[in-house]
Amino acid sequence: MLTVSDLSVARGGLPVLSGVSFALQAGEALILRGPNGSGKTTLLRSIAGLQPPLSGTIEGTDRIAYAGHQDGIKTALSVEENLGFWASVFGTGKIEAALEGFDLLGLKSRLAGNLSAGQKRRLGLARLLVTGRPVWVLDEPTVSLDAASVALFAGAVKTHLAGGGAALMATHIDLGLPEARSLDVTPFKARPEELGADEAFL
Amino acid sequence: MRALIARDLALAVRAGGGFGLGLAFFLIVVTLIPFGVGPETTLLTEIAPGILWIGALLACLLSLDRVFALDWEDGSLDLLATAPLPMEGIVTIKALAHWLTTGLPLVLAAPALGLLLSLPAPGYLWLFLSLLIGTPALSVIGTFGAALTVGLKRGGLLLSLLVLPLYVPTLIFGAEVARRGADGLAVETPLLMLAGLSFGTLALLPFASAAVLRVNLR
Amino acid sequence: MSLWEYANPVKFIRTTDRVLPWLAWLSAVCLAVGLIWGFFFTPDDFRQGSTVKIIYLHVPSALMAINGWLMMLVASLIWIVRRHHVSALAARAAAPVGATMTVIALATGAIWGQPMWGTYWAWDPRLTSFLILFLFYLGYMALWAAIENDDTAADLTSILCLVGSVFALLSRYAVNFWNQGLHQGASLSLDKEKNVADVFYFPLLVSIAGFVLLFIALVFLRTQTEIRARRMRALLARERMA
Repeated sequence: MLTVSDLSVARGGLPVLSGVSFALQAGEALILRGPNGSGKTTLLRSIAGLQPPLSGTIEGTDRIAYAGHQDGIKTALSVEENLGFWASVFGTGKIEAALEGFDLLGLKSRLAGNLSAGQKRRLGLARLLVTGRPVWVLDEPTVSLDAASVALFAGAVKTHLAGGGAALMATHIDLGLPEARSLDVTPFKARPEELGADEAFL
Repeated sequence: MRALIARDLALAVRAGGGFGLGLAFFLIVVTLIPFGVGPETTLLTEIAPGILWIGALLACLLSLDRVFALDWEDGSLDLLATAPLPMEGIVTIKALAHWLTTGLPLVLAAPALGLLLSLPAPGYLWLFLSLLIGTPALSVIGTFGAALTVGLKRGGLLLSLLVLPLYVPTLIFGAEVARRGADGLAVETPLLMLAGLSFGTLALLPFASAAVLRVNLR
Repeated sequence: MSLWEYANPVKFIRTTDRVLPWLAWLSAVCLAVGLIWGFFFTPDDFRQGSTVKIIYLHVPSALMAINGWLMMLVASLIWIVRRHHVSALAARAAAPVGATMTVIALATGAIWGQPMWGTYWAWDPRLTSFLILFLFYLGYMALWAAIENDDTAADLTSILCLVGSVFALLSRYAVNFWNQGLHQGASLSLDKEKNVADVFYFPLLVSIAGFVLLFIALVFLRTQTEIRARRMRALLARERMA
């Protein structure tokens, strides 16, 4: 569903990771590990198509639903309107299942501005369900979630995988997904001599 | 696309500022001018079309930095970029939303403000028409400027510096239509030029705006 | 052997280092000859007296103001299409030089205008266009200065240069239309070559050559500086990475 081959990515004009390759099949989950600043976010943004990679290829960008550090929630709109907007942008239209999946039914008509940080995060993750896209690319999805919400999220990922989806995420906590593989990005750290765009200046 | 414009309009109405601020600014500029140039009706009548055009242009400029900034801050812009919408469509919709919330109210308010500056009777129609045709160009050009400066922390001032020179042709033709109309002269040539400018920018500039937005997102 | 070899920063610096002294001296000689010849060894104009001699500064600087922008446009296009860093940096380097030329053209024009037209400034189409061109230069330089990432800045300024060129052209026509519309064809326009007799024309050509060489030399020098600054940032970044 998602094939990444020999990918090199840069942040601020400097290569951070190089030679990253992996493939993700339906029903699989891959968890990226690595210390802060190791390039996980840059890698995920490149895979989601937000920034061009230095080299290498990504297949399946148009199957991706991306969720970054920020949830893209409009505080002046209600929970329902927020989700409804993304549902119509992605052409799916149905938000009930997503509301239920992340336990937001009771908050449906609440203004998103009045939600707690954890509730906002749940709303942000519920967006993944309304996109209808099979490959989830998630950057630190469990930030500001409590234990119960993490379980809820893990359940949603399991359901997604069981339904033929795939997930690629960067996270530090254990989600209790037995089928998930993990990939440490540290060995792919770009060496200083691989300065890509700037090499002509050295 | 329709969802995006509906959302932007809803946000403008609910968060406030969209409609109100630009209009209030327009009113203040027009109120201040007579304090600066004196209250003689003949002078005001003569400069009214130009003042109204410049007032509308500045009011338009005022809200430009909000076109992408809010979506940028809360991460919506990243998510929109990964959505199945072409970037060119997104920037066009953004320009349209800006026009509907800022440009259109200015167009509707301008004749009323014309009264304050004793605009001559034939001028009202042409002022209204010239603004109606010209303000979309202001929104589209402004959206390009907003896309250029979206990632910058203090982009507001730079945005003005970049956008104002680009506004020159629109202002010249627009104010010329209003002025000639007020004087009862033929307006066809500047009117056609103004319409050409609006359609031209609307057709071509979104590609440039989308390109710079992509650069700024990466 | 292709032209694009010079897109390599090292090669560019090495080549321009060799050319620069020649360019600088040639430009100095041309300027000295052109200006001295023009100022002291041409007759006074029968209508304008000796004030006409400011033409030897005014016309060349005005030419370079426009050609400077054109050079930036070409360099921007090369960057967009072929992604040669030297090209983007050359466009960046040319902007302040072009802006200075625009200021010289405007200032000498004002000084010339006072005795000729009785005013330092008139909203003549040509004058107004130059003022607008200066605003475009300012915006372009401000955008370069505002963005930290070099490649992002190069991309954004290149597109601004492209869009700006179109709008500068539109402004030129709009301004022409606007002023005729107001003043029924003000007779302030300077139809240059046609009115200039040979005796004024040759020193003018020499002085134009001097300005062109000066522009090229300054752009080369500034591009070298930009390349070295860029190289320094790259080295510092590598230091941080290691």
